[in-house]
Amino acid sequence: MNTQANNGNGTKVRQKGEKHYVMIYSRYERFWHWSQAMLIFVLFYTGLGLHGLHNLLDFHLAVTIHTYAALVLIVLWIFTTFWNFTTGQWRQYLFKEGVMKVIRFYAYGILTGEPHPYKKGLQRKQNALQSLAYMSFMLLIGPALWASGMIYLIYDLWSGYAWSSQGLTLIAFVHTAAAYLMGTFVIIHVYMTTTGKTPTHYIKTMITGYDNVELTEAEKAYIEETHAISMKD
Amino acid sequence: MHKPRILAIKSSTLACLCAFLLGISNQLLASTDHETGTAPADSDMNFRIVEDTQPSIRDDGESTADHTKFEILQGPFESGPEVTKACLSCHTEAGRHFMQSIHWTWEYDHPDTGQKLGKKTLINTFCTNAKGNEGMCAQCHAGYGWKDENFDFTNQDNIDCLVCHDRTGAYYKTPNSTGNKACSVMFEGKQPIPWEKVAQNVGKPGRENCGACHFYGGGGDGVKHGDLDSSLKAPSRELDVHMDAEGLNFACTTCHVTRQHLWAGSRYNVMAHDTEGLGLPGERRDVATCESCHSESPHSNTELTGIKLNGHVDKIACQTCHIPTIARGGVATKTDWDWRTAGKTKNGEGFKEKNYTQANGAHRATYKSIKGSFEYGENLVPHYDWFDGQMVYTTIETKFDPAKGPVEINGFNGSHEDGRSRIWPFKRMHTVQPYDKGNNTMVYMHLWGDDDDAYWGNYDFGRAIKVGMQKNSIPYSGEYDFVETYSFWPITHMVAPSENALSCNECHSREGRLNDLEGFYMPGRDSFRWLDILGYLALGGALIGVLLHGLLRKLFSKKNQQRDAS
Repeated sequence: MNTQANNGNGTKVRQKGEKHYVMIYSRYERFWHWSQAMLIFVLFYTGLGLHGLHNLLDFHLAVTIHTYAALVLIVLWIFTTFWNFTTGQWRQYLFKEGVMKVIRFYAYGILTGEPHPYKKGLQRKQNALQSLAYMSFMLLIGPALWASGMIYLIYDLWSGYAWSSQGLTLIAFVHTAAAYLMGTFVIIHVYMTTTGKTPTHYIKTMITGYDNVELTEAEKAYIEETHAISMKD
Repeated sequence: MHKPRILAIKSSTLACLCAFLLGISNQLLASTDHETGTAPADSDMNFRIVEDTQPSIRDDGESTADHTKFEILQGPFESGPEVTKACLSCHTEAGRHFMQSIHWTWEYDHPDTGQKLGKKTLINTFCTNAKGNEGMCAQCHAGYGWKDENFDFTNQDNIDCLVCHDRTGAYYKTPNSTGNKACSVMFEGKQPIPWEKVAQNVGKPGRENCGACHFYGGGGDGVKHGDLDSSLKAPSRELDVHMDAEGLNFACTTCHVTRQHLWAGSRYNVMAHDTEGLGLPGERRDVATCESCHSESPHSNTELTGIKLNGHVDKIACQTCHIPTIARGGVATKTDWDWRTAGKTKNGEGFKEKNYTQANGAHRATYKSIKGSFEYGENLVPHYDWFDGQMVYTTIETKFDPAKGPVEINGFNGSHEDGRSRIWPFKRMHTVQPYDKGNNTMVYMHLWGDDDDAYWGNYDFGRAIKVGMQKNSIPYSGEYDFVETYSFWPITHMVAPSENALSCNECHSREGRLNDLEGFYMPGRDSFRWLDILGYLALGGALIGVLLHGLLRKLFSKKNQQRDAS
């Protein structure tokens, strides 16, 4: 049952299916997201201090917090990797077509009031640009940080080798560079959360887990039959 | 309350004696005093702690012999050698053992560099050379009567047992020769040594025994080392956690363990990183390192900070963090000595000025006609550098290029990449002292003597150097000038309680203590300049970008609303 809808400026948009309030971010996903967010903030803040960019924390305290937060984050990532694969959610991050359309939208369409070119669905929670960004977050920035961070953390196990001095320099470089990238990602990511229907719409979604998304007939029938995913209406 | 007064009295006596030594009238002295009525506490020439007869270590009851009961120690004795003879009649091998010791030979053949070291020949950055001045300097030789090259190093009766083993505090030493005419009064007026009492009250050395010389190295209290001075006779816990008079109360020999009268802990051949003497059976015992008691992982391995600190042990000497500053017991250490200004006189006589008052209230000479000008430091942050234990000396034979900056009289080896060195604290002494301008070598000066050539009498560098070199058969060009020198004293005493150890930021910060050490990356201190610039650009660019984007969104949404409304 295809319907035609008019948005404000008269552009015609094809819609598939009815919209329903369903839980698109499960409890674990939200827990993961927010605890990761908090840990990254703590790591970034203490990391800047360790790097000598601010003196708001005692070095000793900063190292302690940074180390424990890193260990917790590593555990969290291990769980999440497990979760992503057992639930099949990892597919959300796969490359999607239409990246340029999304970029064009954020650069231009969003200003002129065009609708978002990407429609959220149960199996497509992220738009093409998001998938690309999160994918590089999870495959490049994240691993660069935790890999270099873990090698940094066990420095004392390799400090005796002749190359340890150069090794430390390299590790510090990679870790610092990846941290700057992470910081950049976070700034843009946080800003992007304000681009929903209302500035706080996406944030609320990430807190409650519910969003208004289109369901195909099959999806709707499946949900109604199994109650596998909670639906508010 | 008792001690400072005694010190003052003692010092006043010494001040007067020193004044005589320099030929100053009493009136002149009074005019330079800082305190009127009571004379200033003067620790310059105070080599002994004889007035304070309390031993620092009480009898531990360990000895199997009560020396008061020995017939041979009943005396009478007229001199030190007579007592020594009595000692050696029972301790039959002690003489042989002791004669190997550097305290006796004043010689050290370095096994690695092959250099011949030891006070007997070395140049130093204080009074410059003991050689030829033994009449004065050998006061700190553990023997009797070394005043010139005729001293018999094979005669066991010349060994001074008492300077180390006297437990009464009544024993003292005087220079072995009189020096210039005024010097003889310097040690007059002392109580005669009660030989029998001293002989019957011998025991293991306390801090005051070792300290009688080692606290006064360089010619006065705390002058040389910075981590060894008279404040360690009865230190507080804060000053030295091990020697804490109310606590652990270690004697020097608790760490500087002894075997056959040979002591662990050489400064000529330092064990900068002990991996051999960690206290287990079968391991080396002749080490005075921190590790020999505290092991190589002294911090708690069950919490993060301890693990991280243990990770520092391979690169950072324990002393670096655990001795936050030196000369913090109220006694200053000399940091700068300029011989060029020596020899000024007032009314034809030498004089001294005391313009430095140290924390314990004593006034220290900032100028002496016999020695030049001085600067002092207290609570000093040490000099830090990589150190592998190898000292490299500039001896009387070493040629150097005076144009290449300060001559390191005892330089040292070490690097961040040799895998053996650790970062150590040093007291660095800066001196300007005479050298042979023609041969580019250091010089021996003839300072002490009752002849006309001695500098401490005639204030004539030319003659003192010429005779000093001649006397010791060293070639001399006949022309001297002054050269800047450094000497380095590895710091290992005045260990603070753990709560006063350095915090991480002392080094891990942009302006930390290790700022001068280069060639390696240190978190908190170092960064990659262009990476930081790129990083700032990325972060700043993202921030500005999203703000602009947000602003545009706002502007356009208004425009869109107006358009929709119209």
